[in-house]
Amino acid sequence: MTELAFWVIAIVLVSSALAVVLLRNVFRAALLLIVCFFGVAALYITLNADFLAAAQVLIYAGAIGILLLFAIMLTRDLHSGNPFHRLHLPALVLSLLLLATIIGVVIGTDWTTISEVPQVVEMPLDEPTTSYIAVALFDQDNGFVLPFEIASVLLLAALIGAVVLVRREGKD
Amino acid sequence: MSLGLEHYLILSAILFSIGLYGALAKRNAVVVLMCIEIMLNAVNIAMVAFSRYLVPDVVVLTGHVFAIFIMTVAAAEAAVGLAIIITIYRNRHTVDIEQADLMQG
Repeated sequence: MTELAFWVIAIVLVSSALAVVLLRNVFRAALLLIVCFFGVAALYITLNADFLAAAQVLIYAGAIGILLLFAIMLTRDLHSGNPFHRLHLPALVLSLLLLATIIGVVIGTDWTTISEVPQVVEMPLDEPTTSYIAVALFDQDNGFVLPFEIASVLLLAALIGAVVLVRREGKD
Repeated sequence: MSLGLEHYLILSAILFSIGLYGALAKRNAVVVLMCIEIMLNAVNIAMVAFSRYLVPDVVVLTGHVFAIFIMTVAAAEAAVGLAIIITIYRNRHTVDIEQADLMQG
């Protein structure tokens, strides 16, 4: 069952990602990018990551998708569309080389799974992940409290930066 | 052949390469940003797959925590990047990255 789901999701993901790169119409490319985000959320469900699947739908498919559609409509270049520039063949060769390297390494490596990992939060397979993620984030000894706080400062800085950038100068 | 870590890693590699190709070869700045989002999603898939398959029958949560941080940074990056693109469009009336060559020597 999970295998069938994986193959269906993989086909949807790869074809929608290819469509984002190859389609002429920028607006359709953005809509297919949202399909791609939903596919990643479904892939998280096959990996027992329910909280991440919900966060993916909310943050990527909801927030970032709408933001991208807004930006496309605000900056519409009707005459230019979605062209490649003149260096697209070297870019294709580079990304194919990277793909071949990664696939070679993944297949060539012996992924022996270890039986016991000390000092990190683990959970059994068939339980909701949310409370375990909370423990992993805010654990007293080896949690991620400082990165969490830095992330909130980063979001505040991005918020102020975005507002300052798009504000028209000289109006107030 | 049952589903394993390799399947997810290869799917992640394919998505990353598609995103890299788009980010390097496209002229529309919004599409470049969209391809960077595809690349970040591919990395997240690899993270979650490692945390699921590292230890058999157990989920190690560190990969999930890293994926959450990547999502946070991706949201901040999308907001600031789109604000920069809109500012460029307002000043130069194009989002073609080959036209944004003010700092070219």
